[in-house]
Amino acid sequence: MAQWAMTVDLDRCTGCEACVVACHAENNLPIVGDEQAAMGRSHQWIRVERYWEGEFPNIRARFMPVMCQQCDAAPCEPVCPVNATYHTPEGLNAQVYNRCVGTRFCANNCPYTVRYFTWFTPEWPSPLNEQLNPDVSIRTSGIMEKCTFCVQRIRRAQDTAKDEERGVRDGEIQPACAQACPAKVLVFGDLSDPESRVSQLAHSRRGFRLLEELGTRPRVVYLKEADA
Amino acid sequence: MAQIPAPFRPTEEQINRDLLGPLFKTGPKYYAALAVLIAVTGMVFVAWFFQLAYGIGMAGKNRPSFWGLYITTFVFWIGISHAGTLISAILRVVQAEWRRPITRCAEAITTFALCTGSLFPIVHLGRAWLFYWMVPYPNSRYLWPNFQSPLMWDFIAINTYLTGSVTYLYLPMIPDMAVARDKATGWRKKMYRILALGWRGTEREWLRLEKAISIMALIIIPVAVSVHTIVSWDFAMTLMPMWRSTIFGPYFVVGAIFSGIAALLIAMVLIRKYFKLERYLLPIHFDNLAKMLLAMSLLWFYFTFTEYLVTWYGNEAPEMPVFWSKISGRFAPLFWLMVVCNFIIPFPILAIRKLRTIPMIFFASTCILVGMWLERFLIIVPTLTHPFLPYNYGTYWPSVTEACIAGGTLGLFVLLYFLFAKFSPMISIWEIEEGYSVAKHSVESHHPSSLGSSVPGDVHPAH
Repeated sequence: MAQWAMTVDLDRCTGCEACVVACHAENNLPIVGDEQAAMGRSHQWIRVERYWEGEFPNIRARFMPVMCQQCDAAPCEPVCPVNATYHTPEGLNAQVYNRCVGTRFCANNCPYTVRYFTWFTPEWPSPLNEQLNPDVSIRTSGIMEKCTFCVQRIRRAQDTAKDEERGVRDGEIQPACAQACPAKVLVFGDLSDPESRVSQLAHSRRGFRLLEELGTRPRVVYLKEADA
Repeated sequence: MAQIPAPFRPTEEQINRDLLGPLFKTGPKYYAALAVLIAVTGMVFVAWFFQLAYGIGMAGKNRPSFWGLYITTFVFWIGISHAGTLISAILRVVQAEWRRPITRCAEAITTFALCTGSLFPIVHLGRAWLFYWMVPYPNSRYLWPNFQSPLMWDFIAINTYLTGSVTYLYLPMIPDMAVARDKATGWRKKMYRILALGWRGTEREWLRLEKAISIMALIIIPVAVSVHTIVSWDFAMTLMPMWRSTIFGPYFVVGAIFSGIAALLIAMVLIRKYFKLERYLLPIHFDNLAKMLLAMSLLWFYFTFTEYLVTWYGNEAPEMPVFWSKISGRFAPLFWLMVVCNFIIPFPILAIRKLRTIPMIFFASTCILVGMWLERFLIIVPTLTHPFLPYNYGTYWPSVTEACIAGGTLGLFVLLYFLFAKFSPMISIWEIEEGYSVAKHSVESHHPSSLGSSVPGDVHPAH
């Protein structure tokens, strides 16, 4: 069985946020407006964190795209009282919208703060309401949501491969963020296949995981050359 | 002790009249207060209605501060509920004579604080109407709740505690319900007749009642300790900085008992004043409870000091921003107000005998309630607003809806307590009468009980 994973090449990221926009469009993320966004209620299943290093004029921006890390030992999963978040056999940390009652405990126990809550019934100002993705369910008010690794694309590719009586080819599945990235920062694939690009990159000497010391065993591997 | 009570030895008639009086005589002040309380409680439900209608976004929470006032107030009320258990159950188990006029008010606090507090886990849900999904009931889809979740443990613990404390409140009420039945008329007579369960006061009935009460007292102590431990595990079981602490269980239990005794003292001062029970609730009761409160204040300070010292010394990267935000950062005014309210004000008041008067104890208790509410807020919000990745640091400011619901439940609690005061004597009649006979017996047999002086109106002054 495929074990989905992603690599994020920090040496390539320019911080353009094309991934953020692509994710918004693909996954029907609610548009909350200025006021709510200022309150910290915007939805960005993938976000580009910007950190400044040094003092002016020797200042430098660092960009770090962060999405759900699909942890193998996900801290969000055991704390949900109704089992609304669980682990799939393919290593995805899945969120069952219908089952979520909105305790928000999962989000509190996520060290990466990548879970997003739908505070109000989502609305899309025209014409954005015309471009909702029919493959992705629209979430109601009062539930938790987060990056799915574009599970709808994974399923579609698996179905197509099955129809054509073959396996899923490496690179056949691209989450919206990876597809939109002009700098090819994001690579998605099957970690159980040692030949896949994602496997090769994940095992490169540049690889590390975010907050590795917590023991959450994330499926997202960051790549970064050590600074000279 | 502030003063030695004048010898007061009421007859059973007199006790019945004094303690049952408030049940049958209701003045205009009571109705005025009732109207205010109903209005405040109404505000809670109106605010909740809007929150249900428009979405949980009406509460000021956000990412990363997914919890706020509701969970703070939830922990606060569950803490208050520890008044009944500790005072009543422990004092019963050790057969402290001075417990007699206190137990009923204490047990009632437990029950109503639990009712009030257990609203919050429902109010705070994104989809509150689905709260019953936490109940492990058989269903066609074989869906079960997740027994690994601390919230699930909470749900079970609080339900156990509520069932236990209602039973524990009700058992000692049975003989009093019988007394009320004999005095009441009309529909109230019928109600008390049902509640008295055919109590006639035979020796066998008394033996069984005493046995049932002592069993419940023993059971309820570990239940109460486990409840607040489990509430603390909502935080301690996570990975979050300054939440994943091994001492949270006992720390929360100590805080709970601390705020519980403070709430009990406030209730006792008010009951004593407005129901004119000065002859039953004596200075020594306040004095003894105040000493317990002092012990809890010291324990609270010890736990807080340890918790913060160890964090500071450990100097872990994710914990320090949370630590400094409390000590000298944005939350510092609240943090130091908490220390003042929980320790700096109450400590001298409770430790110095001259200051330990009833009005001063009332003042100290009020400060402690404020301080303990702040303590819970300061455990929850600074951690949430300072997650691991600094890019996600946030702020939190409660919304009007949230403040109305959280603040208004004070009205709800007082309302329940108020109604209860018209329904049952706030001081257990039979236990007081039993106390007199115990005291009388010990005088006659020349074995004065060391605690005999705390029985209201006992002939022996304090030594």
